[in-house]
Amino acid sequence: MCPDSAPILNVTKLAKRFGGFYALDGLSFHVASGEILGLVGPNGSGKTTAINVISGLYAPDGGEVVLDGVSIGGVASHKLVHRGINRTFQVPKPFMSLTVRENIEVALAYGRAAVAPPDMADLLDEYRLAEVADRPAADLNNAQQKMLDLVRALATRPRLLLLDELAAGLNPAELDWIAERIKALAQTGIAIIVVEHLMGFIEHITDRVIVMNAGKEIFEGKLAVAVQVPQVIEVFLGGEHAA
Amino acid sequence: MPSAFKHALFIVLPLIAVFAVLPSFYQNHLLLFNFVIFLILAQGVNIIYGFTGYLPFGYVGFFGAGAYGFAILVMHYQAPAPLAVLAGGVIGVALGLLLTPLLRLSGAYFAIANLAASLAVLHFVANPALENITRGPYGVSLTGTFNPTLAYNAALVVLTLTLGAVVYLKNSRFGLALQAVREDAVSASMAGVDVVWMRVIAWLASALVAGLAGGVYAWYVSVFYPDNVFSGDFSIFAIVFALFGGVATITGPIVGVIILYGIYNLIGFTTPQYFQLIYGLLIMGLVLFLPAGLVSLATRRGWHVP
Repeated sequence: MCPDSAPILNVTKLAKRFGGFYALDGLSFHVASGEILGLVGPNGSGKTTAINVISGLYAPDGGEVVLDGVSIGGVASHKLVHRGINRTFQVPKPFMSLTVRENIEVALAYGRAAVAPPDMADLLDEYRLAEVADRPAADLNNAQQKMLDLVRALATRPRLLLLDELAAGLNPAELDWIAERIKALAQTGIAIIVVEHLMGFIEHITDRVIVMNAGKEIFEGKLAVAVQVPQVIEVFLGGEHAA
Repeated sequence: MPSAFKHALFIVLPLIAVFAVLPSFYQNHLLLFNFVIFLILAQGVNIIYGFTGYLPFGYVGFFGAGAYGFAILVMHYQAPAPLAVLAGGVIGVALGLLLTPLLRLSGAYFAIANLAASLAVLHFVANPALENITRGPYGVSLTGTFNPTLAYNAALVVLTLTLGAVVYLKNSRFGLALQAVREDAVSASMAGVDVVWMRVIAWLASALVAGLAGGVYAWYVSVFYPDNVFSGDFSIFAIVFALFGGVATITGPIVGVIILYGIYNLIGFTTPQYFQLIYGLLIMGLVLFLPAGLVSLATRRGWHVP
């Protein structure tokens, strides 16, 4: 990992409003190529909204998202994919009636043109989908659908990968395996932002975490340090535990 | 052998060949022509519904616009019929462009808005104030271009082009991306697919197909009224035929037209009371037991259906 290199993504004072509710309220952070950054926080703290804004599903209401020096706030998702951003979804969203192979074929064909596409067979093997390659995605179990979401993202050749609760619902053996895969991806130079509730998993794979509450950052640094900070303990466990 | 070539060789070519030689053996030329028209329209519905999920209840709007595009070029500019057919296609595409905002809608909302749009076009064309241009509600008579044999052959050309488009969609990355858009637009955009552009292209392609079909229909019948070429039966029949066979395939809509339009003509005129009963039961049975169409009898067994 090379988290000390220049940031690939800079998020500055990002705001996103739904009616009168601020899901993001001045969020700022950066992530470098090869770095694994964790976004943690209680439910409703704005983690997934941040991913949705960065990946172009929502236009920001304020602040700036800058990829490699270029502002990308409000740019359509497919254009961001072509610039090297991709993501997975909390609830996996494969193309259900298409086969696993066809799901990946679309992403290989329409992904970032500047980089040669990876090999289909390698992707299927590496993410344990080879045996189900010609089955419709609807036939896969939840863990396999999550892997297909990840492989579809990787097939577009991302430089910045946003993983939204990829590990949720995986068994311990699968968790160890996917942790190693994510670390291996970072070593290839991909910047990775991980949203997770599994703290052991986050501690194992991240270089740094941002703790969020009410759309704001309340801590940045190592997770081992974060759990000592009263403000962080308060938002996770309630005020009486923070003293 | 590439699958697109196989599909062209073993599906498109035999079908066109059969309909090209049938008029030599079978006297009811109009019936054969109507088969060809419904094969075109069912595949046009297949392009927009099968590959993108938009159910075009007002599909006849493009067909009628194409017929009137043909009529206006012939009546006012004395254009040769083949050129006027092309103009019908252009008018279909122009109407499709005008209606692209409908693609913001989905499901029943799109279907209803599309139906309303086709009615609006009908009443626009049938407006007596436009008598000088469209002949309004009094209908058009194009005796100068009347030539059923040539019009039939032109319909076969349009059918060939339409089937070619569906073979392309079935065998190309573009067609696969369209199906991805139909399945999940958000995921499709995260696969790098420009969802809006894809939908517009499919929409305009299906409008072009119906516009050309309307053009050859006007050429063939030569005398028609707005209610004829904007009849909702065209939309309903084309949709039912496509769904009955199975959309997002090449063969499904063909099978649907051959079986259902065949039954319609076998017993629909001679014993309409039984026809209504059998037709209704067939469609109910399909919706209940085979919602993905007849081809799903094969796909459920793991067979690949082109």
